[in-house]
Amino acid sequence: MDQITHLADLGYLVAAALFILGIKGLGSPRTAVRGNQLGAAGMFLAVLITVVQMQAEAGEGGVQWGLVALGLAAGGAVGLLMAKRVEMTGMPELVALLNGFGGAASSLVGLAELVRLAPEMTAADGDPAAGYALWRAVFLIGVGASSLIGWTTLTGSVVAMLKLSGKWNDKLGLPGGNAAKAVLLAGAVVSAGMLFGDPASTTWLVALTVTSCLLGVAFVAPIGGADMPVVISFLNSLSGVAASATGFVVGNNALIISGSLVGAAGLILTGIMCKAMNRPFKDVMFKAYGAAAGSSGSGEKRSARGYEADEAAMTFDGARLVIVVPGYGMAVSQAQHVVREIADELEAKGTEVRYAIHPVAGRMPGHMNVLLAEANVPYDKLYELDDINSAFSECDVALVVGANDTVNPAAHTDPTGPLGGMPILDVEKARTTIIVKRSLSPGYAGVDNDLFYRSSTMMLFGDGKKKLTELLSSVKEL
Amino acid sequence: MIAVLPTLSPEVLIAALSVFVLSIFLGFELISKVPPTLHTPLMSGANAISGITIVGALVAANVAMEGGRSSLAAGIGVLALALATINVVGGFLVTGRMLAMFKKKER
Repeated sequence: MDQITHLADLGYLVAAALFILGIKGLGSPRTAVRGNQLGAAGMFLAVLITVVQMQAEAGEGGVQWGLVALGLAAGGAVGLLMAKRVEMTGMPELVALLNGFGGAASSLVGLAELVRLAPEMTAADGDPAAGYALWRAVFLIGVGASSLIGWTTLTGSVVAMLKLSGKWNDKLGLPGGNAAKAVLLAGAVVSAGMLFGDPASTTWLVALTVTSCLLGVAFVAPIGGADMPVVISFLNSLSGVAASATGFVVGNNALIISGSLVGAAGLILTGIMCKAMNRPFKDVMFKAYGAAAGSSGSGEKRSARGYEADEAAMTFDGARLVIVVPGYGMAVSQAQHVVREIADELEAKGTEVRYAIHPVAGRMPGHMNVLLAEANVPYDKLYELDDINSAFSECDVALVVGANDTVNPAAHTDPTGPLGGMPILDVEKARTTIIVKRSLSPGYAGVDNDLFYRSSTMMLFGDGKKKLTELLSSVKEL
Repeated sequence: MIAVLPTLSPEVLIAALSVFVLSIFLGFELISKVPPTLHTPLMSGANAISGITIVGALVAANVAMEGGRSSLAAGIGVLALALATINVVGGFLVTGRMLAMFKKKER
């Protein structure tokens, strides 16, 4: 029996190595497909090893294959359907939800182990064997950590998903702000501590679960749309940490390794997102934007002239370079295909078209890249902020589709304001700027956008897809 | 039936903690610079890998359903297994779908 365990552990080590190669591969465009395949192969191997080990070590009752098959079949079918059915525009919601499921699964494994072993632990506490006390401590700390982190990840992700799909009512949420978060966190830690003293206590188990679930809601509910890329990558990181904690519960190195890898990778992505917004992580988590920026919208009401699509289309006539700047509005109105058709039309007329992608445009890291790829926009026409900003002064038209804060010059002109110091796309330097937007309302940061009122700007008010379709037919008539 | 509770020696714990800490450092080194195109696939791929908890869920679901407490444990285990499987299957497939889309474009 020992030999089987050792062989299995070696197999898990191979799986962990495959995960490492997988994550490394996913970090570079040329190796990404291979990386994903290696990760999947590692997972298949890990499952295979576990199943074989379960069969080899089965007691007189044998393995509960019925239960195992039920869980695998149900989860596999749902996962398959979700992955096949999802539209690229629904990707942020799906990623958020999968993060949540990962967190919940880790919590549940810890919970199942606790429920199964608690009665025997109560008996063993009276007459401890050698090495039992240390196992007990690690096991219970692991259960506490995986419950706290996993349940927080689940409810936080579900709230994030509802926010992304517009189904969350912003009036919902817990009163008390940051104090409530502190109380809930303290409550969860105390409950975990009490469970440590009495593992069989249902009361403290329920208290731990409930406080952790509420903590996730309390954290994500006040966070607004534009901070979502940060939140989603952080929840991604947490789902890894929860798996790692579960690794200590069940004593499996594969979980510890892969969980910490994912935790670290998620944190790196979180850092990239925070940097792109010039917002420290603690501000995203503890300071809602609106509160700080409430005053800036209340100045004098300015009005901007709205233009018709055919007026705007004229500016494309004879243009050498057009830069498209997509934002969340493009995702909402699903305008990515029309954007590409306009670009095709312009290119046929000899105009060069580039796309300027702000790192936090949209609601998840890389959101715009996914949408434009779906619309068959060639990969090499997408430019990062640092690579495109110098080109705006040479471009004839900047076409802004549903972006606001990421092009707001206030980031330069008002260094102490809410957007101060955030790296932006220098759209203001373009000869003409066409902005497709529903209204003049300020962006997420609550700062009025001076760009809308400039003489070089043409506002096209309305739904992104509708306005761009009008623009497309006007461009065709040029 | 009384299960024999596991034991843990300090040596094994220290080895596990070493693996834990070194993996965190490794994770930070592995992907220091990621192009924005890969932000979403990296996140969904990493998420699928965090579904490794499926290994724990398999063991947790394999509990004989007899008596109150163990049937509760088995139920929780099966639920954990289903969620972890959704995470794994959904995560890898959707990552593959996105990457295929990027690949098509490169030509």
